[in-house]
Amino acid sequence: MQRYLFSRVIQSLALILGVLVLVFFLVRLTGDPARLMAPRDASPERVEQIREQYGFDRPIMVQLTEYLSHAARGDFGTSYHYRAPASELIVTRLPATLELALAALAFAVVVAVPLGILGGSNPGTVMDTLARGVGLIGQTVPNFWLALMLIVIFAVDLGWFPSFGRDGPRSLVLPAVALGFFPLGQFVRLTRSAVLEVRSADYVRTAYSKGLSTRIIYLRHIFRNVSITLVSIIGVQFGYMLGGSIYIESIFAWPGIGRMINEAVQNRDFILVQGIAVFSAGFVVVIQLLTDVAYALIDPRIRYEE
Amino acid sequence: MEPVLDVRDLAVQFETVEGTLHAVNGVSFRLRRGETLGIVGESGSGKSVSMMSLLRLIPEPPGKIHRGRALFYDAAETVDLLSLSNRRIGFLRGNRIGYIFQDPMSSLNPLLTVGIQIRESIERHTRLSGTQAKQRAIELLELVGIPSAAQRYGNYPHQFSGGMRQRVMIAIAISCDPAILIADEPTTALDVTVQAQILALVRRLTQELGISVIWISHDLGVIASLADRVLVMYGGTVVERGDVEELFTSPRHPYTVGLLGALPKLQGGEEQLVNIRGTPPSLFSSPTQCPFEPRCPWAFARCKTERPPEFFAGTGRVYLGGTESASTTQDTAESPEQEADEPFVAHRAACFHDLDRDQERDPSEPPAPAQGADKAAEAAGIGAPPSARGSASTDPPPAHTDSRQPSRLTGDRTGAEEL
Repeated sequence: MQRYLFSRVIQSLALILGVLVLVFFLVRLTGDPARLMAPRDASPERVEQIREQYGFDRPIMVQLTEYLSHAARGDFGTSYHYRAPASELIVTRLPATLELALAALAFAVVVAVPLGILGGSNPGTVMDTLARGVGLIGQTVPNFWLALMLIVIFAVDLGWFPSFGRDGPRSLVLPAVALGFFPLGQFVRLTRSAVLEVRSADYVRTAYSKGLSTRIIYLRHIFRNVSITLVSIIGVQFGYMLGGSIYIESIFAWPGIGRMINEAVQNRDFILVQGIAVFSAGFVVVIQLLTDVAYALIDPRIRYEE
Repeated sequence: MEPVLDVRDLAVQFETVEGTLHAVNGVSFRLRRGETLGIVGESGSGKSVSMMSLLRLIPEPPGKIHRGRALFYDAAETVDLLSLSNRRIGFLRGNRIGYIFQDPMSSLNPLLTVGIQIRESIERHTRLSGTQAKQRAIELLELVGIPSAAQRYGNYPHQFSGGMRQRVMIAIAISCDPAILIADEPTTALDVTVQAQILALVRRLTQELGISVIWISHDLGVIASLADRVLVMYGGTVVERGDVEELFTSPRHPYTVGLLGALPKLQGGEEQLVNIRGTPPSLFSSPTQCPFEPRCPWAFARCKTERPPEFFAGTGRVYLGGTESASTTQDTAESPEQEADEPFVAHRAACFHDLDRDQERDPSEPPAPAQGADKAAEAAGIGAPPSARGSASTDPPPAHTDSRQPSRLTGDRTGAEEL
């Protein structure tokens, strides 16, 4: 177990280093950073001034080394627009995004897992049709459209929830539903197919041949194996959500990381975009690491892997 | 000897998109207390489905036990396994009837220790406390030959080899001292040396514990070394049954003859193995005809229209209502009432061809001379080119023709037999 964890941590660190380098080059592929940061009508002198001010005139490898050494100390540069350190800005936005991601995830899991289990355990029944229907709708309805519909119905017409802003639990409902709807569809579909698969596994037949009750077989043999599938997909989705949803946060004016990306791009805030990209990737890596730990706790084959 | 299980006219169907699949089609047999009954047949012959449906382990739907009875003569009471409530069949599963499956690699839950998986069964069916159940599980691991059982108790299936896992499966199956052990090809997935160990283990344990065994296999060698009696299944029906020695030395049904002919022999030169022409039957087709008819060298028009009754091998007589009868009826093999009186020693085959064979033979000759399996196969001419078939002296004509049939069937033994 320790060995497994150790190797996963090392892999994660290597992954983050890779992400840093990749982001560094990718954002520079979008064009000359100095020109991007300068207003459109800026004079060449002004562009040149920005270039010097931010050190973009130096050789690229020098810039990379400096960027990496700063990143290692948690310094992702200073936002051009906000005139504040990028990492600090991201950290202040993080609670809002985290709150939204957790709420959306909880909504998706609480609805999807029982539905998927009921559908998968009773194939061909009304429950199964419902589960498949929800799975299909969840994965096909675009979340920005759903967000607008939720606002029209529940905020404008019925007035049950505020249509924008982050102001107490009630304001969390609509964005969480909108954001959680896609993963909900995915979770239903995967839970259903995992239950269908596991319930016809040989070891479940063995469990029946021992005379165990259906309840025990589901609790001890089926759900445990289904949870392996669920843990991995929930981890992936949560990682993505922590990077912030540009659409949902912008539509609901949710002061999270997603909305900040939108603003940073519009403001040509090159340093901030770079910082958010690194942070978002970092969240995915960290959640992935936690997922792997959860995996190992559930599945002894991973735990005892040589 | 008294029976422990009496299965009558079992039929199992599966509803599929292509129609109804007749997986098991009127299977009857008895299992005597303490004996080992071998069931042979190729994939899809209904061996596993019929045994799994006894414990109602087939998925329903799409599976359905269409008809039949399976009387289980347990110590305290006699019950019909096929009509018990789910709760009561759950009480018998793993308790009075143990089941070992084919693939030990996938038959154990990878996420639970083997100890827990053995204990589960004990705790379900006995009143042992947690520590007692653990103690019993360790004893069982020792009994099935797992070294340092106490340490291995907490191991996971992936830490065991295939043979070891099958030993664990055996430990689970016998954990509650069952009356019957159903072994569904338990050695098929194992290599040969391990296979021999598992065979020896099951033989030893079931003899020591006095367990009756149903051993499913498509390996005739395994059956020969293990079984007291054998059922040969084909296309969801039993086509032949008999004591293991008799069946191997004088097979009567063309399919059995073909099966034995397809075995390589230790003695003898490099003769070519005989194969059974054609492919296994489609189980979607109507169950009224003989399933082996399309591949049978003796097939004639009648085989297409009715299922042959079971004949006592070598006599041409069928068993009817408690007395041996000189006459035959069409539905003998399908009637559960008559099956109930099956004499245990009977060697019977479900085929018309015995009728013909005996008529061909000189009446002064003793019936059913013990032929070697290979010789029988040669005589049957299965797999041989049609031109080569007529040469053997005991050989029936290559094919029946409708014009010959009435005269062949009006002998005094078969007088009642009308088409």
